[in-house]
Amino acid sequence: MEKHKCDKCDRPATYHSVEIVNGKKIEKHLCEYHAAEEGLTFKVAHKPINELLTNFVKMHSQDQSPTGLVCDHCGLTYAEFQERSLLGCPSCYQSFARPLDQLLARTHEGATEHQGKIPAQAGFGEQHQQQLLRMRKRLSEAVDAEDYELAAHLRDEISKITGVTEGEEIK
Amino acid sequence: MNLERMTDHAGEWLRGTGPNSDIVVSSRVRLARNLAGYPFVNRAATRQRLEILERSRQQILDGNLAEDMIWVDLNECDPMDRQLLVERHLISRQHAKAGPDLPRGVAVGLNESVSIMVNEEDHLRVQVMRSGMQLGEAFEQINRIDDCLQERLDFAFSKKYGYLAACPTNVGTGIRVSVMMHLPALKITGEIDKVKRAAKDMHLAVRGMFGEGSDAIGDLFQISNQTTLGRGEQEIMADFQHTVVPQIIAYEQQARQALVRQRPALLDDGIWRAWAILNNARLMRTDEVLSLLSQLRLGATMGRLEMVSMRTINELFLMTQPAHLQKLMGADLDPVQRREARATLIRKRLAAV
Repeated sequence: MEKHKCDKCDRPATYHSVEIVNGKKIEKHLCEYHAAEEGLTFKVAHKPINELLTNFVKMHSQDQSPTGLVCDHCGLTYAEFQERSLLGCPSCYQSFARPLDQLLARTHEGATEHQGKIPAQAGFGEQHQQQLLRMRKRLSEAVDAEDYELAAHLRDEISKITGVTEGEEIK
Repeated sequence: MNLERMTDHAGEWLRGTGPNSDIVVSSRVRLARNLAGYPFVNRAATRQRLEILERSRQQILDGNLAEDMIWVDLNECDPMDRQLLVERHLISRQHAKAGPDLPRGVAVGLNESVSIMVNEEDHLRVQVMRSGMQLGEAFEQINRIDDCLQERLDFAFSKKYGYLAACPTNVGTGIRVSVMMHLPALKITGEIDKVKRAAKDMHLAVRGMFGEGSDAIGDLFQISNQTTLGRGEQEIMADFQHTVVPQIIAYEQQARQALVRQRPALLDDGIWRAWAILNNARLMRTDEVLSLLSQLRLGATMGRLEMVSMRTINELFLMTQPAHLQKLMGADLDPVQRREARATLIRKRLAAV
């Protein structure tokens, strides 16, 4: 993502804002000097805290807006998530961690971390869960591509992790 | 599996027994769980959905989770049977309506207090229902079931976020605690809006009897927690058991007593009109039945109408629903035929008491 220059001069912009006015998106990018000149750097402090956070996250994420984020496992985009309110896979929680934390805080009385029951046998660690997710995706792709040799190999590998014979219960 | 035997009696949640059953119709706890290492249902490939369904079905049925669990394949079963399960609160409307490309099912315990939906919004939705105010019992049972399931299945869990759910509104404990309350006096006195506002301040949802998006017909209100992250199960449960439910019960009781003292004629008028209409009408709509039965229920619990039992009232709540009615009649009926059949059924049942 390219860095924005100030709308009024060639200095790098340090003030960014996106406003929707009458359904139109109006972006502003200003350097420190011009932002202060327009009185905007003061106005920022009066904006609601969630807007400040949104801008903060935008500036610090590689992509400027969270809607451009994509889950690196299942390919769900943040925009698709916003439309349907459903995440695609456990990895989405990591892929969308930044915007999600804000959303979670809003829906769960400010909380972003779990309190309460923890699986007794802790099952698989999180790394194992991720690995399993990746391997099942490759398995699915191998079956689609009719590469049965690879599929059989992957099934064996998955079975080693889970201790259950993969896919055997499916007739 | 034989759904027919369900038709002619009320399930666990409408038994009309249990503590405070004059006001608390039923207590319900549900957990959202997903198998580790799979995408969530909405993004899983058909093959994966089948695998999730098959694996879950086997482990649920082998796990002795509740007495005599039966399995209903919702893709293969008749749409009328799916509707029957919705009316008995054993599956959600969403689970009933999903398309044929979504392999899905439900495991139901013999007395219908336990149900486990597979491939709804999450891989597993476990539910325990009890009649009256029995949240503690429902929670203990669901926690045991969850422990058993976790010995057999690995659930998607992260240290930071807890149990991972398809919708972030369920992440964390994945628990939804809800009580169905019958609050006719608060409705008559107009105090129900205060309760709704107070509930909102406590981050609780107030909905109708069929959950999300349904109206509170028959003065039945479902009150449930919305926060699932950052608060433990015990904490959420304690709120309901020690604060929310006892307070609303006290409000409703006060409103009932105030009606008896100040406006007994208004109270009895509603009850006896309902009795008269139910005993004489020839055509009856579902929503009308529910609001009339609500009056009857109020009359019966307050001892102002003694010729009808809670059991009969609760059964009528269920038998007059479209799928139950058609099952009882043994025929597909259009809405007009249903109204007539419904009115006839009610007159018969009330005359028999």
